[in-house]
Amino acid sequence: MSLAGRHRQGGFLERTIEGLCQAMERAMYAEDSAAGGGLLQQLDARVKVAGLFALILATVLATRMWVIAGIFAVAVVLAAASRIPIGILASRAWLGALAFTGAIAVPALFLTPGVPVYRVPGLNWVVTAPGLTTASYLLLRVETAATLALTLVFTTPWMHELKALRVFRVPVVFVVILGMTSRYILLLLETAQEMFESRKSRGVGALDGTDRRRIAAASAGVLLSRTFQLSGDVYLAMQARGFRGEVYLLDEFNMRRLDWAALAGFAALAAAGVWAGR
Amino acid sequence: MTLFEITDLTYRYDRQTAVEGLSLSVDEGSRVALVGANGSGKSTLLRILDGLYFGQEGAVRYRGQALTEERFADDAFAYGFRRQVGLVFQNPDVQLFNPTVFDEVAFGPLQLRWPKSEVRDRVGETLQRFGIAHLKDRVPHRLSGGEKKRVALASVLVLDPAVLLLDEPTAALDPRSQSQLIDLLVEWGGGAKSVITATHNLGDLGDIADRCVVLDSGRIAAEGAPAEILRDRELLERTNLVHAHRHRHRSGELHSHPHVHSGEAERSD
Repeated sequence: MSLAGRHRQGGFLERTIEGLCQAMERAMYAEDSAAGGGLLQQLDARVKVAGLFALILATVLATRMWVIAGIFAVAVVLAAASRIPIGILASRAWLGALAFTGAIAVPALFLTPGVPVYRVPGLNWVVTAPGLTTASYLLLRVETAATLALTLVFTTPWMHELKALRVFRVPVVFVVILGMTSRYILLLLETAQEMFESRKSRGVGALDGTDRRRIAAASAGVLLSRTFQLSGDVYLAMQARGFRGEVYLLDEFNMRRLDWAALAGFAALAAAGVWAGR
Repeated sequence: MTLFEITDLTYRYDRQTAVEGLSLSVDEGSRVALVGANGSGKSTLLRILDGLYFGQEGAVRYRGQALTEERFADDAFAYGFRRQVGLVFQNPDVQLFNPTVFDEVAFGPLQLRWPKSEVRDRVGETLQRFGIAHLKDRVPHRLSGGEKKRVALASVLVLDPAVLLLDEPTAALDPRSQSQLIDLLVEWGGGAKSVITATHNLGDLGDIADRCVVLDSGRIAAEGAPAEILRDRELLERTNLVHAHRHRHRSGELHSHPHVHSGEAERSD
């Protein structure tokens, strides 16, 4: 049974706890998925980091829409072959990217000078052809990059990703910050869940809007302060057991024939993308 | 031989002084309990002894070598120290950050660059010894409180440190788990290791220590053998280690007086 399934929908506190449980589930999903038996899960972490990063680079450099769309299609096929449900990709990558990038891209639709292609009824706002092209490029690039990045996260254990980053000489401080950020998010969710459960156990009946806002405001400050302290203690506990920034794992990185073939495939795809997208 | 030598140590958080002008000496192989109420400076002192915090004033020496930030910047010194000294935190949640229990226990040996075959063997043995082998593939933060504490302890004791620093090892455990944990600690290393335990549970003192240091507001209030400390009712009251509460005797009489809880050397009733 899922964590989220243990709570029924109800008032403000119940819904908050429910949301926190779902967020915890989402945070845990990546590790479960990374242990699965899909295509990318079989590959060496270094190949995935290098290969997917090369594809992201090709996406950013490409100046032709069909090339970016082609890389997006490759990303979706790779995700499907790695048993990542399309629904998960849609909810965690595509919708989020659409919301955030959309907010940036929408003004470009109207503000970029050029030939008008559409007039918004009642507002007299004009969408221009260059504006539409600019916004489309931006959205497609971000959607493609987010899909590739999420595919990496869902097919590679977190510690392997960190170790692979160190292999590529990413500075220790950056890798430590990434590792601590992941732990910080989990601690934030755990602490928030405990706080709201504690608040729920001491209250009876529905809360009005004022109370909800008061609780939310009071909780936010306490939550950040407590989580900050806890994550500091986690870092101390890591140091106490000899952590100096390097990532050491029991699993050895081992390049097999499949990994070399995959690396060549990624390199060829990225090179073709850069060449065709000039 | 002296293990830790602390001289006039002061440690302050932003506005609060946690340890003030403290001097203390701990010998090799000794079992010392740091006793004090909440906020007396026990946890801070343990972190200083583990080279995680560094005092603003005074000095701390470990086997004659100064524990300073500069010394810990040297990899050879830092790895050497971490191989010898282990700290178990009060809150096991801060110590559990790996995806599985096995990875958690293997974290320390891997950081200290043990050979991988040895890491696998030692982790397997330690999981068996702590009765948590069946949890090896579980996610640590989803375990019960007692299980978390065992995993946290195993993740440090797998290193077999010569010096063990324990922060409230039995806090928030049920009585059976407390008893099992104390047994594990007493048996560990055949009793030949140095153990410094911070606690406010007077019931454990006789089992875990042969010397007590009572802390009060970051200073040493008293030192002595456990029985000696437990006999000093005035000291225990003054340092908030015992309290008066209302209770009924068999005769039906209801009254309150200073009260020491279960398992202590001298019980008042």
